[in-house]
Order: sequence, then structure tokens, then C-alpha cells
Amino acid sequence: MQTREPTLRAWLPEILTAVGLVLAPFVLPPLGFVPDTMTRILVLGLFGIGFDLLFGYTGLLSFGQSAFFGTGGFVAAYLLTRTGLPSVMLALFIGTVVAAVAGYLVGLIALRRTGIYFAMITVAIAEVFFFLENSPLADFTGGENGLPGVPAPIFYLGFTTIKIGSGWSMYGFIAVCFFVGIVIARRIIKSPVGKIMVAIRDNPLRAAAVGHNVHAYKMLAFIIAAAYAGIAGGLLGVMQGYMPPDAFMFDTSGQLIMQTVIGGLGTLFGPLVGAAIWLYLRDFLQGTLGLGASWKLALGVIFVLLVCFLRHGVIGGLKDLYEYLTGRTGTDAEPEPVAQSLSASSRVGLANEERAAAQPLRIRDLNGFTGPIIEAKGLSKRYGGLVANSNIDFSVDQGELRGVIGPNGAGKSTFFKMLTCEIAPTSGKIVFAGRDITGLEVTEVCQLGVTKSYQVNQLFTRLTARENIMISALAERRGSFRMDMLRSTDHLPGLNEQIEHTLQLVELDRRADVPVSQLAYGEKRRLEIGLALATSPSLLLLDEPLAGMSPQERSDTVRLLKSISVGRTVIIIDHDMDALFELAERVTVLQEGRILVEGTPDEIKANPTVQDAYLGGVLEA
Amino acid sequence: MPRSNPASLSFPIRIGADDANAREVNVISWPNLISQMFNGLVLGALLALISSGLTIIYGTLGVLNLAHGAMYMVGGYAGFVAFSYTDSFIVAVIAGSLSVLVLGVLMERIVIRHFYSRPDEDQILVTFGLGICFVETIRYFFGSLSKSMPPPPWGTGVTSLGFMLYPTYRLVVVGIVAVALIALYLMLYRSRLGMIVRAGIEDSVMVDSLGINVYRVFMVVFGIGAMAAGFAGIVNLPVAPITPDIGESILVLTFVVVVIGGVGSFPGAVLGGLISGEILSLTSMVNPAYSHAMLFAVMTLVLFVRPRGLLGTVGRT
Repeated sequence: MQTREPTLRAWLPEILTAVGLVLAPFVLPPLGFVPDTMTRILVLGLFGIGFDLLFGYTGLLSFGQSAFFGTGGFVAAYLLTRTGLPSVMLALFIGTVVAAVAGYLVGLIALRRTGIYFAMITVAIAEVFFFLENSPLADFTGGENGLPGVPAPIFYLGFTTIKIGSGWSMYGFIAVCFFVGIVIARRIIKSPVGKIMVAIRDNPLRAAAVGHNVHAYKMLAFIIAAAYAGIAGGLLGVMQGYMPPDAFMFDTSGQLIMQTVIGGLGTLFGPLVGAAIWLYLRDFLQGTLGLGASWKLALGVIFVLLVCFLRHGVIGGLKDLYEYLTGRTGTDAEPEPVAQSLSASSRVGLANEERAAAQPLRIRDLNGFTGPIIEAKGLSKRYGGLVANSNIDFSVDQGELRGVIGPNGAGKSTFFKMLTCEIAPTSGKIVFAGRDITGLEVTEVCQLGVTKSYQVNQLFTRLTARENIMISALAERRGSFRMDMLRSTDHLPGLNEQIEHTLQLVELDRRADVPVSQLAYGEKRRLEIGLALATSPSLLLLDEPLAGMSPQERSDTVRLLKSISVGRTVIIIDHDMDALFELAERVTVLQEGRILVEGTPDEIKANPTVQDAYLGGVLEA
Repeated sequence: MPRSNPASLSFPIRIGADDANAREVNVISWPNLISQMFNGLVLGALLALISSGLTIIYGTLGVLNLAHGAMYMVGGYAGFVAFSYTDSFIVAVIAGSLSVLVLGVLMERIVIRHFYSRPDEDQILVTFGLGICFVETIRYFFGSLSKSMPPPPWGTGVTSLGFMLYPTYRLVVVGIVAVALIALYLMLYRSRLGMIVRAGIEDSVMVDSLGINVYRVFMVVFGIGAMAAGFAGIVNLPVAPITPDIGESILVLTFVVVVIGGVGSFPGAVLGGLISGEILSLTSMVNPAYSHAMLFAVMTLVLFVRPRGLLGTVGRT
């Protein structure tokens, strides 16, 4: 059971932020920061929060954030200077909404592709925004002149009136905005949505395979980032009393990226720190050192060096330094001695088996369907001239434990990928619990109750074992997409119990808070199965769960497989004949993409064709 | 905060057809149409060459070089320097190209090589940062004012095409670029190096284990890809002056070209370049302000109809 953090500690970053924002006007001016610079740093920091959620957390590197910064800024400035809208806050709000809508529209195009395509498309789109602002929309935006005369807000509080001017009152106003921005962003990263964003950054394929609508979450992250950019753009206009057209320029996006990377990705505060360093160095290099225009060259070199050698930026570097000096490693969990771990896990395993039998894991309901749980008819898969699977008819009854064997290259993994809809068959039909699932997405099929553990581990490598299981469990509890961005994962009923229970079953409960990268091979394999299990599948496919295991790990895993097959249909591919014949009620033999024969383990062992094709050599040896 | 940046405020179509010209020809008539199509061809040929450089590097090394626009700019400045010492167009082209080749090779050898095993995002960030370093270094030495170079004596004046008069040097540009593209094609598809490159695109580990030093090939390819951009920068210098910031708009156009043509595809880059050049040029005839929006609209359309680009294939995405 995950203990809830004490309230004060959970809110520590927010409290420290507030204290920092209040203390800054007393601490920073002697160091050479003027109020205007500090306000600017906050605007850039706010802009960067959204970008960090997009790139640092979700892994989407956009070079087009200037489009939303400019959109939010110009919409707010236009409303305030040309339409006579009296409320600055309302104008900022409308600007933010319009930027978010622009984010949605751009996302429709840019999110069709990932990686470098995504980066290139965002660059291109942002450039279009700049050209539209500059010429066709010049009547609204002032073209190259921008929009001067943006008013500052005035707050009527009944008993008094606060008029925001320049200097410290503007700093105070924007500091409040920044603080609200940080509080919201912190809630987002603690919510299920935030956890799933990180999972998508780590392994988008698996995030989709455990039942999350990856595209929708990416879109959400993109819209959030656009909204943050929009409000920051609006505040820029308010702060300067002028909305400059260069807000739309590529330079703006570029600086945002550099500041975020310099400060530290995935920290939310990185952009703030980066902007502070950026503006401070600019003034220092230009003024004190008299470098003139070449200050940007110095910053460029610093940026390249940081990317090469200090990937986590200044904040990450300081954190590492702190841990080095205090002698603490990033995770205080020490790897258990192997021998002890083995004997311990066997003991725990036996105990777990009893517990598991008493309280089995959840299994998705089939709504009273009683026929064969999965049926494939005439399933074929061709890659050009290569026939991977040919005309496979296959059916498994509910509650069965089926083994699939076949020599390497027989098409077993391809067959599994088709059953879980990771790849579409060239021809044929797949029916799950009476429903035709041919052509569905892997995410939809997982939500229906079919999932698979992978032959090669597909884990969320930068998360802990517990967080890994949580990602799967969230998909099962929340469906493929939900926008509960402001709700903490601590408050989802039953979630922690399900995570704990799954961890116990795969015997990782004592290693739950260890990052995946520090787990032993056998532990990773069990976590791989755990990820599939936590989606509560009614049909579980296991692709070589025993491969590469030591004899001890193997017998532990066989016991695990037995316990999870209680009340659940399981299909296992493996090369370990002894284990499979011990586990499976029926065995299907694939050879050269076709079904060779199907029967009970004894029938298969005795079958001369199988012996000839596959087992012969093995049995004689 | 973004400084005001005069160069990128200018209209990037200048690389092919200078601004004043493009804005004057907004009467739709047959002579104008044909003249604009020729402008589009010049621009398209240049874009094709620059984009092939980007796409060859990406296809072979798997690295998206965000400093590619800066390579165009560095080439232009190197050519400008060589020309100011020798007054020779030929020397300027050769010296400029070679300096960008060397710059590309050094960049691969010193920095990029250590990024092959790192995530795409890191490669993008480091090339982006290097691009800024190049731009600011050039600005340090040459200032922000634009630099130009006259066309060679044999390329000045106008040439009669029978039905219209057209600036001779622009025809020369098309010719030179076509020769360069053919040279690239022969190198990629008809030479031993090209065979290794294409094999390396498929499976660089396998090529490495066959006893071929893939990393040396990568270094050469990176240099040649960079040189393609630098070469275009020099050849275009008599048509459109350069500033340190010019690379940015070039880079954006190059991205659109390869997205349309298909990332990593050499023929795709050529086709995408020609299409983009014509779109920019013909839209300018109606209203220059919309030429970018139109190009972008076409890119979007391609993304929806053929997500991998016109000639893109399944493979590296």
C-alpha cells in the first residue's frame, strides 16, 4: 500500500516557489537583476512550463511554440487595444483559449507523425503563423509594427483598487500568474494524465499496448503547452505595454528550447532557471564583459556543451552534485544479493500463491459470453513475397491454457501480433468473445480484454516497477482516455490495491520502488508479465515468458503462470517444451506459417509429424 | 526576449526571385505566368539541391541536421570571402564548397559521431545549437549586413528564350544545380561509395561487420550533404544576398520540401524541391503574402494523403 505523503511535504515545492517569488525582490536586485528583467524571466518561465510538460514529460520536441505564444499575445493585445474590451484578465483568458484551439488544430497535423517529422512540421507551421501575422493579418496585428498601447490590469476589490503599473507591481502580478501556473502544472504531473505522459515519453508503443490512447494524450499535452504559451504571450504584451511581432519568430521557439535545456528538462522549473541564466548572461556578457553582439555565440557554445555533457541541465547538474556530496545515490534502494533474493523470492512466492488464490486479480467481464474466447479464421500475413502466416484457423475456449510451439521462423510472434491487433492481417478474420476485432487498434483490443507480454521486454525504463504497473492499471481503471488532469493518482479508488496485488503476484513488491534500469533480468521479465496482468485481461498472450531464464527463475515463473491462469484464458508461446507440456492443456504446433497439428501434450509428444518436423532432434538429444 | 531580427522578417522567396520582382508581377498574364514558372524552376532547383543534402544525411546517418540552413549561409560567406580576394567566380564556388565540406566533416567527426546512439531529440538539439554557433560566429566577423557577389562575366545580362527575355545568370543557376544534382545522383547510385551508403541506410551494423568502415563513410556523407547546401549558398549569391540569419528561412523551406517529398528519399527531395519552388513562385504572382501559407497547405495535404511523403518509403521514420 502506497503511503500518502504528509500534506506539508507534498506541497513543499509549491511552498518553496511562493517563498522564492516573495524573497526574489529582496535578494536578486543586488545581484544586478532589475524588476523588468525578473518579470520577463517569470513570463518566459511560465511559457516554459507548458513546453516542459510537452517535451520534458511527454517527449515531444516542438519547434513551433512561438505560434501559440504569438497567438495568445496578439489576441489579448488586439482585444485590449482595438475592441475596447475593458478587462485585461478576460482578454488574457480569451487569448489563452484561442492559443489552445490553435494548438488543437496544429496538433491535428503535426501529431500525425512522431520524432523528427514532428519537429520539422512544427517548425514549418510556426513559420506560417509568422507570415500570416506579418502580412495577411497585418490589419489586425499591426504587421511589422506590432500592437502598442496594451494596458495593464486594474483590480477593483471593493475596499481598495490595485492598479498594476510597471516595476514591482507588475512583478507581483506576473509572479501570481506564474505561481498559479506552477500549481496547475504540478497537479497535472501528479495526476494519471501526468503519469501516462511520462510513460508515452519512455515507450509509446507499450503505452498504447496496455490500453492508453497515446494520440489523445499527446494531443492533450500539446494543447496544454499551447495554452501555457498563450497566457505567457498575453502577459508579455501586458508587461511591455506592447505586443511585438517577433513573438511569432522562430527565434522565440529556439530560445525557449535552449532555456529549457539549459535549466533542466522534466523539472518544470528548468525554463525559469534557464531564462534567468540566459538574461543574466546576456546582460553580463554584453555589458560587463563588453562582448557586444557576440553574447549569443557564448550562449550557443554553452548550450552545445550542456547538450553534449550535462544532459539534465543546470538543475540536474546541481542535483547530481548534491547527491555526490552527500553520498546519496539517486535511488537509495540497494540491489539485493542474488542468492538471498532467490531463496527469499521463492519463499515469498509460495506465500503469494496462497494469497493470490484467496483473492485473484481482476479479470474483465465478457458480459456472459460463453463460446470460444478467441477464434481466428483463415488468418494470413504476407510481407511482399514472404508468407509469415498462411490460412490459420485457430480457436481457444474460455479458461483454457494453450501452448503454441514451433521452430524459429514458424510465424508464432507474427501470429500473436495479429491476435492483439498490433499488425493487421493480410486476410482473414479474428473474433474475440463473439466480436469481430479484425482491424481494430491495439489500444481498443486491450481495453476489450486482450493483451500480450512481449518476447523482448517493452518496459517504461525510466520509471520504477511500481510506476510501470500503475501505467497498466490506470488504463484498466480509466479506459483509454480521460482528462482527469487535476486529480491525484492517490485518490483513485482501488488503484493502489491493484498495483500492490500485481506486484506481489509477480514477486516484485519488495523491489517496487527500484527503477527498471536497476532490476535484474528475471525481475524485468516478471515485470513484463505484470504489465500485461495489470490491464486485467480476460485473454492473456505470453510471448516466450521463460526465454533466457535460469532454472530457478524458470520454476518460479512456471508457478506464477499457473497462478495467473486461474479463471483466465492464457496462450503461451515458448521453446521450453518441458514447461509448456507441464502447463498447457492443449498445444498448437506451427510450422512455416501453418498449423501443423493441434492436441493434448501427450498427443503432440506422440505425433510422428511433430517429432519429424520439430521435436525429433530434441528428444533424441 | 526575441530581438528584432530584420533578416527573417524578409520574405524567404528571395532565394529565387528577388522581393521587388516578385511583388511587381502580380498581374496574371501569360508572359508573367511563364516568367514566374521560370523563377519557380530556379528556386525549385536550389531547394532540391539543399534538400537532397539534408535528406542524404538523414537517410544515411539518421540525423536531422538543424544546422543545414547555416551550412547554406556559411557556404555563401566562404564564397564571398574567396571572391573578394580573387575576383573569380569559379574560385569562389570551389573554395566555398570545399570549406563547407571540411566544416561538415569536422562537425561529424567532433560532435555528431557521439550522438548516433543518443535519442533523436538530442541530435536535433545539438545540431540546432551548432547552427546558432555558426550563425553567431559569422555575425561576429561579418556583421549583420547583407553580402553579395556579382554574377560571372559570362553570366550577366539577359538571354532571349525566343518568347521572352530572362536573366542569364538564373538560367546558369538551373544548369549548375542540375549538374550538381546529377553528380550527387551518380555518386549515390552508380559508385562504390553510393553502394555502401545505401547498404548503410538499410543496416549500418551489418555493413560495419562486413569490414567496411561505416563511420568513415558517414563522415564523408555528412560532408557532402553539408556541401550541397553550401554550394547552393554560393551559386545563389549573385541572385540573393545573404545575411547571417538567412539559413533559418532556408531550413524551414527545406523541411517542407523533404516532408512533401519523403524524408530520406533523394528523388523525393528533388521532386519536393521543384514542386515547392513552383508553388511559392506561382502563388507570389497572385499574392506574395500567401505563398508560404499555400506551401504549407500543400504540405498538410500531402501529410494526410501520403503520410510518408510523395516518394517516401517505409523504413526510417
